[in-house]
Amino acid sequence: MSMKTSNDRFHDRVTKELENQFMRGAVSSAQDRFQTRRLQQAQELGHWEEWRSHGEEIRKHVLENLDYYLYQLSENVAKRGGHVFFAQTAQEATAYIQGIAKKKNAAKIVKSKSMVTEEINLNAALEELGCEVIETDLGEYILQVADHEPPSHIVAPALHKNKEQIRDVFKDKQGYTQTEKPEELALYVREKLRHEYLTADIGITGCNFAIAESGSITLVTNEGNADLVTALPKTQVTVMGMERIVPTFEEMEVLVSLLTRSAVGQKLTSYITTLTGIKDEGDTDGPEEFHLVIVDNGRSSILGGEFQPILQCIRCAACVNACPVYRHVGGHTYGSIYSGPVGVVLSPLLGGYDDFKELPYASTLCGACTDACPVKIPLHQLIHRHRQVIVEQEGKAPVSEKLLMKAFGLGASSPTLYKMATKMAAPAMSPFTKNHTISNGPGPLKAWTEARDFPAPNKNSFRDWMKNRTKGDEQT
Amino acid sequence: MTGTIQHRDTFLENIAQQLGRSPITELPHPTWQYQPQNRVLKDATKDELLEVFIKQCANIHTNIVISDRTKLAHDLQSVVDHYGGKSVITWKDDRFQVYGLSELMTEKWPQANIQLYEWNTQQPEENIRQAEKANIGITISEMTLAESGTAVLFSSKNQGRSVSFLPEKSIILIPKSTIVPRMTQAARWIREKIRNGEKIPSCINFITGPSNSADIEMILIVGVHGPIQATYIVIEDC
Repeated sequence: MSMKTSNDRFHDRVTKELENQFMRGAVSSAQDRFQTRRLQQAQELGHWEEWRSHGEEIRKHVLENLDYYLYQLSENVAKRGGHVFFAQTAQEATAYIQGIAKKKNAAKIVKSKSMVTEEINLNAALEELGCEVIETDLGEYILQVADHEPPSHIVAPALHKNKEQIRDVFKDKQGYTQTEKPEELALYVREKLRHEYLTADIGITGCNFAIAESGSITLVTNEGNADLVTALPKTQVTVMGMERIVPTFEEMEVLVSLLTRSAVGQKLTSYITTLTGIKDEGDTDGPEEFHLVIVDNGRSSILGGEFQPILQCIRCAACVNACPVYRHVGGHTYGSIYSGPVGVVLSPLLGGYDDFKELPYASTLCGACTDACPVKIPLHQLIHRHRQVIVEQEGKAPVSEKLLMKAFGLGASSPTLYKMATKMAAPAMSPFTKNHTISNGPGPLKAWTEARDFPAPNKNSFRDWMKNRTKGDEQT
Repeated sequence: MTGTIQHRDTFLENIAQQLGRSPITELPHPTWQYQPQNRVLKDATKDELLEVFIKQCANIHTNIVISDRTKLAHDLQSVVDHYGGKSVITWKDDRFQVYGLSELMTEKWPQANIQLYEWNTQQPEENIRQAEKANIGITISEMTLAESGTAVLFSSKNQGRSVSFLPEKSIILIPKSTIVPRMTQAARWIREKIRNGEKIPSCINFITGPSNSADIEMILIVGVHGPIQATYIVIEDC
């Protein structure tokens, strides 16, 4: 799967997802739970704003000195016997990893959850070579067995599926015979994947934070799958977005504290693992060969510009969990592996406006995302900036908005037309008006009123009201 | 053996160019404006930290037993029995002897038909085979984080990574002297080692309870790819 997950039109995706009742219920209850837990943890920790400011200063500093830290990281990885490959593009990254798979004659590859490998479409590149690629994160595994469905949430990828659907996926694809109880499903997957870890030739991971000073990578999971992926196969490949780096263990610790609280409302997840190079002499588990692939894939063009703060992101999805638009349309509507506010900002930057020009409009600009962000990315301002860029430079505003703006421009620039329009509004809308609201409007109002009511135009226009009011004042 | 580095120069030059300057080759560690982590459990005594740690265990689905050297063998035996005995894998670690567990492990367990396998650097494949089929894995925490209920494990040739996550049940011994407020202290300790030129372990695990997932309908499942159950045994050594 590449970053883009759908070829359907944005509005068709919205319509389809709005009708998905289970998904909408699941998303809203998940959002509530994630949010409650995050807020509880923040309160319990205390001085949350200071923590956010610390997270922000670390991430900003790293971005401003990114070349230095990547240099230091690569030196230290090499010192511990690891190979470092800097990949400017997705193709360079996948070609390099394909090369490793060929050299190792790899038949089976196990993977722990990684957004950047989704972004560069790594699984397809490896499957092309005839490798069997197995996702080991429970949610990701479910989606993979379900014919490679796209993830709908950065942290909980299978959020849109209920347990009965999951049972049926395993039943149809693998002859699963047990019930839909989550414990039974998980035990089934545990047994199934155990064998895969033990027989895989290569283990592939993402990277939550690389540590420049020690040449380590940090992996954060609850399931423990990343530990098995890195302890058992003889070759380990770690793919990281180039910005996912911190100076030392001390900053890693701070960001992990922010990540686990913001992502899942835990003080720490069950497994935080720092891995440094290849296994040590005499070690009998851990990789004999380690490759770190550092991916740019469009990130450097964000650096130095007004969208740079989005690279502060630590992929916790707190913004996704706070977003009122995501709540209604779910993850698949975004058509990108990156959904919610972070996806709205990041997808057009990495994938271009052609594919993602509607996304900046999938926001109310309420700023809930900005408030939730543990590293203080001004998300709603960046979303607003996208809209400005789309209109000013790209001329790619969605058609309905363009028409509306044009009509408003024309109407508002002519006093006579404007007067007529405001006067005409009430009678024109009267067939659609009930109790002062329009619930099934025509034309441009249709899309709006499908999901909510629009206040009916006042029978008195503001200008008429003002005229009468002035008269009234004069009389007293 | 030193690894290779490919395509670095052009990659980093491009980044520097985007940032509007030439590449940086020297940079002191920054002084941060904010340091909220220093405040957490700042003046807590070991006893207070232990209390926080015990409380946190309830949140992370982990049993906790408070023991000392005189009754450690007895307490460990109870936990092993509770977990159904059968087979145990341990690190090769002198501390087991220091804690007075040798008799239990090498004499009593074989008599009670509990199989013991000790990690052996000479037998790479057998180590994994044994870890995979063992019912219980026993490890020791190097540093223990009160706030989060976390044990820190270091890998080495005698301390295999797999001992803590392949067996179905995990027992971690927690010397009370290793308890610190939070991850901050562990990070500083490890960083100190790095700055002193020490080689840090290839794998450092911060383990907080058994493995779990909420990927199915946000319902918590305890026990996924790693251990299904976990017990900490605190040894009062200070």
